[in-house]
Amino acid sequence: MIGKLAKSVREYKLPSILSVVFVALEVVLEVFIPLVCSDLINFIEGTKTAGAEATVGTIHHFTLIGIDTGVQFDALGGDSIGYIFIYAGMLLVMAGLSLTFGMLSGMVCAKASAGFAKNLRKDLYYKIQDFSFENIDSFSTSSLVTRLTTDVTNVQNAYMMIIRIAVRSPLMFVAALIMAFTKNWFIALIFLAAALLLVGAMALIPKKAMPIFDRVFKKYDNMNLRIQENVHAARAVKAFVREDYEIKKFDDAATDVRKDFTKAETLLALSNPIVYFIMFVLILTTCTLCTVFIVRGNTEPEFHPIGGDLNLGDLSALVQYAIMILMSMIMLIMVFVMIVMAAESARRIVTVLGTESTLRSPENGVTEVADGSIEFDNVDFSYAGDDDKCALKGVDLKIKSGETIGILGGTGSSKTTLVQLIPRLYDATVGTVKVGGVDVRDYDLESLRRNVAMVLQKNVLFSGTIKENIRWGKQDATDEEIVAACKLAQADEFISQMPDGYDTYIEQGGTNVSGGQRQRLCIARALIASPKIIIFDDSTSAVDTKTDALIRKAMAETLPDATKIVIAQRVSSFEDADRILVMDGGKIVAAGTHDELMESCSIYREAYTIQNKKSDEDFDDIDEPTKQTGGRDE
Amino acid sequence: MPSFNNKQTGVVPDGFDPAGINDHKELKRLLREHKKQHKSEPKTKVFRRILGYIFKYYKARFILVICSIIIGSVGTAMIPVILMMLTNTYIEPAVGGSTLGGAGTGVMSLWTFLVLAAALYMVAVAFSTTYNVLMARIGQGVLYRIRRDMFVKMQSLPISYFDRHLSGDIMSVYTNDVDALRQFICQTLPQLIISAVTLTALLVIMLVYSLWLLLIVLGVVGIMILVVTKVGGASSRYFILQQTALGNVDGYIEESMHGQKVIKVFCHEEEAKKDFDAKNETLCRHATAANKYANILMPVLQNIGNILYVVIAIVGSLMIVLGGSNVGLGYAIPGFDMGLIAVVVGFLSIAKSFTQQIGAISQQINFVAMAKAGGNRIFAIMDEAPEEDNGYVELVWAKRTADGGVEPSDVYTGLWAWKHPHKAEGTVTYAELKGDIEMHDVDFAYVPGKTVLHDITLYAKPGQKVAFVGATGAGKTTITNLINRFYDIEDGKIRYDGININKIKKPDLRRSLGIVLQDTNLFTGTIKDNIRYGKLDATDEEVIEAAKLANAHDFIMRLPDGYDTMLESDGVNLSQGQRQLLSIARTACENAPVIILDEATSSIDTRTERLVQNGMDKLMAGRTVFVIAHRLSTVRNSDVIMVLDHGRIIERGTHEQLLEQQGTYYRLYTGAFELE
Repeated sequence: MIGKLAKSVREYKLPSILSVVFVALEVVLEVFIPLVCSDLINFIEGTKTAGAEATVGTIHHFTLIGIDTGVQFDALGGDSIGYIFIYAGMLLVMAGLSLTFGMLSGMVCAKASAGFAKNLRKDLYYKIQDFSFENIDSFSTSSLVTRLTTDVTNVQNAYMMIIRIAVRSPLMFVAALIMAFTKNWFIALIFLAAALLLVGAMALIPKKAMPIFDRVFKKYDNMNLRIQENVHAARAVKAFVREDYEIKKFDDAATDVRKDFTKAETLLALSNPIVYFIMFVLILTTCTLCTVFIVRGNTEPEFHPIGGDLNLGDLSALVQYAIMILMSMIMLIMVFVMIVMAAESARRIVTVLGTESTLRSPENGVTEVADGSIEFDNVDFSYAGDDDKCALKGVDLKIKSGETIGILGGTGSSKTTLVQLIPRLYDATVGTVKVGGVDVRDYDLESLRRNVAMVLQKNVLFSGTIKENIRWGKQDATDEEIVAACKLAQADEFISQMPDGYDTYIEQGGTNVSGGQRQRLCIARALIASPKIIIFDDSTSAVDTKTDALIRKAMAETLPDATKIVIAQRVSSFEDADRILVMDGGKIVAAGTHDELMESCSIYREAYTIQNKKSDEDFDDIDEPTKQTGGRDE
Repeated sequence: MPSFNNKQTGVVPDGFDPAGINDHKELKRLLREHKKQHKSEPKTKVFRRILGYIFKYYKARFILVICSIIIGSVGTAMIPVILMMLTNTYIEPAVGGSTLGGAGTGVMSLWTFLVLAAALYMVAVAFSTTYNVLMARIGQGVLYRIRRDMFVKMQSLPISYFDRHLSGDIMSVYTNDVDALRQFICQTLPQLIISAVTLTALLVIMLVYSLWLLLIVLGVVGIMILVVTKVGGASSRYFILQQTALGNVDGYIEESMHGQKVIKVFCHEEEAKKDFDAKNETLCRHATAANKYANILMPVLQNIGNILYVVIAIVGSLMIVLGGSNVGLGYAIPGFDMGLIAVVVGFLSIAKSFTQQIGAISQQINFVAMAKAGGNRIFAIMDEAPEEDNGYVELVWAKRTADGGVEPSDVYTGLWAWKHPHKAEGTVTYAELKGDIEMHDVDFAYVPGKTVLHDITLYAKPGQKVAFVGATGAGKTTITNLINRFYDIEDGKIRYDGININKIKKPDLRRSLGIVLQDTNLFTGTIKDNIRYGKLDATDEEVIEAAKLANAHDFIMRLPDGYDTMLESDGVNLSQGQRQLLSIARTACENAPVIILDEATSSIDTRTERLVQNGMDKLMAGRTVFVIAHRLSTVRNSDVIMVLDHGRIIERGTHEQLLEQQGTYYRLYTGAFELE
């Protein structure tokens, strides 16, 4: 998992490594600062003691970073101020360097983590662009969105934590511990014991709290679901006067959340006092031991083996190290908890990165589509890939180039499935599909799809101008071509009436045009490339019959050689079809002209009778709710 | 949630024609914009209200928390003092030649001192435990109450509120904003109190021991505060840019994921990648800047702290070496005077604590800002005006009297009556619930001044079927929404069984109207629960009967758990047609005398609709029905059909009459005319 994610670091490897290096340098400086300070305090103490006793000729050693430099001087000599300034200068330089490294590490770390997130997002996005329809079906749209947004952010934060805190804390811990050992091994051992005790105690709490959190998050989701439903269904709640009933349901959910959250947070709340407790005990112990060691060391010279040569300055340094060691452990645990939480996000991202597209364009595939002829040869298809639940079974079909075909069938009769095999949106499970006499699997995918225009049932426009949307079909289309395509799709009229005409901005999801207008724009987008095969999957359901007929007529005139396949609920849409296929339960049950089918096919006859010719106009262009809820295929 | 509503639109000019709204969403957007213009000033008293919640429910406990924090923090602040006392009383004299135990100083023995210090810390830890545990309880309790108050308030809000606000925005208040409050109450608030108390304690200690060093500390702290405001300010500026860029990227991702299949069909992958890369790059740039400033804040503070440490060491040393005199309030109090070396050692430790606390406060600044913004939105919901209900006419069980009238009944007889008290005369009359609805010259506007319905007059006698036909935005749904008072009319009158609907209590009015809504709005729960939504005490038999009536029984029985099948949110595991059947069954279960069918069968294919039609006919029998339908075949057998255009009734009559007129209806019917 980590290997897959690490691939996205790429050009941000250097900032990442630099960040670690700078953090390390900063830590080293940070642990040396108290050391120099302790030297300084020892020095002052020496001068002061000397001053107090007013003994002439007390000799002191000038020590730096705990090392006796061998330089000796008279404590009462006038040059002691000079030495103080040496210490001060050193300390200031160190603080300045530490500041510089700290800032540098912060900067490169920001660059590294933001860059890593960028690459990760990009890799995910590119991967998804590569997905086949089958891949897209297997992840829901909303889950893909979450993976690209929230999950990437979580991993980004975890990455920042790792290259900063997760490096800093252990380093700090080790460095401070080493420093403590150089001062006094006995006290350093106590530090180590306290740190281990702290980790033990702190690690226990998340372990206990995690299962409760797991449970509580489910309850939290449940509560949010209740709220969301009520926001969406405010009309239903009010219409049925169920306000009190909903409040009761919500209250139950909210009480659940409160109960479990309180439990989990109480557990977590205990970690604070534990930290305090260990810190207080450690500091008191350190102070006591130091005092004892210093006093004993002064009065009984043979005490040194344990006590070492401790001074007042060492005491203050040791207290600093004690705090550093404990703090670094606390940070480490916090980071660990964060990483554990981000691990789930990382797993979800890796799942996408690890998914291989089930459909690949062959190398050196055929790039020329000879004509618009289509051939299905004993084709079976199932979405799950197993042959038992076939959406299509034994389909044999030959369509000549230039033919107009109508397809009729109830919901779930696999009309959409059938036509989706033509531009190779899915691969047939058994059998072959040929376009222009060549197996679709042998075509270069882009060439095939450019020649097979399909207007999807669940079609969308993208935010951008109308022109931009139409150009989807043909990158380099001129304005004239766009207008021509829109005229063909009977869209020119309403576009011209809009204040900004072809430059009208379409909002996300095309919510500022009506259903019928949207369908016509989608048709124009498909027709502009002058494809060899045109497939309309229920694409004129929100367009009135007259306009529907005009579109078909215009297509027949301007694109006479293109094969046209029209799926529709309205029998009237098949008026000028050469042949009509009737589908039921994944099979073509009948094929023929209108007159033939009226005689031979009961399904067709029934549909025709119900619609009773012009009595069943879908004149209204309501946004059908399915388009908004999305995410479901039939 | 990225917000898309501020995107440039281009099509809708400011002075739009209200009747020309061609989409429900469009209307909502306009209402939102309208609302934005009239946004009230942000409330400044957010924190007072949050504290108000705490004090209202947890007064004693919160005071205990504050006391605990004070005791705990003073304990932490005392660490330097202990260090000073150790140095002054025990170490220095020892170094000076005396023996262990502070002999000669005559204060107390080292061991007594240590035991006292230990005791002080145990007390501090005990109090710290108390406050942590209490705060967890108080925090969750307050959040629960805020959530509940908000939800209860939301239930009382008028429908227009939901039109004006995106559901995503409302959800975000419940999740993100409440979460910001959680962060504030459980962590920021205690941390701020801790820091305040600790800083005060440290100040007092410094004041006692050395004025000169105090001045140095204060000077450096001033610099720190300057840095925090500068760096923090830059950081939050870039964070805003980052949020905007993130919103852009998220919006683009959402759009392209929803249109992924279209992208594939048009082989538009490469262009999509290019667009995405550009947006992603911008985000990366702003995120780097924002995080850069956030990341350097801590090292900068910490090292200014280090510099403070050095300065104190130098000044202290100089004072000692040069023999400068120390000034502190403590010198006036016997027992508080201390050797200079001890003071310097103590101050070095104080400087560390001081910087730490300022760092802790700087970490909380963002949370304070977030809590303020979140609290504003939360309290804005709580301050919304609830739906008004001045009705006093109630719906009661009734029984038939000898003379054909009605009188109240203690048992359910199947008969309902309006209980109408007349204040002036002090009498109460009872009118039978029949389902007679009249509208007289009704005008209506969603936004004041932009009337969308003009002079609507109609009569629906009990048992009659009234149909509305017209383009989207013509006002069909709006008319039905006036009958159940989702919205209140501007002018005119609506009478229900002869009573002005403004006099009827809203819950009773709505109970008497069964509605199948345009959006199905199913709830998480079993199918049975969902059908029972219409009548909470319906028996299983009644539920099944309602389902059979709506022709939903067959498909329900084919589901794995039949009537006990769990529906996910809004029934996403069902097809749209199946959802509509359930929605019809739910209304059938309610058994109301007046039924409103708003596009009830729009997603059911013609074949199934014919099957449902039987059930619908049964459902409609003997009831007053208002029907809005997608297909003209659905409305053909209505008693009267109203053709609406731009908020006016332009034609009315039966199917045959309207065909004879050869007007709009005729043209619609023959498919010669398209309503856009």
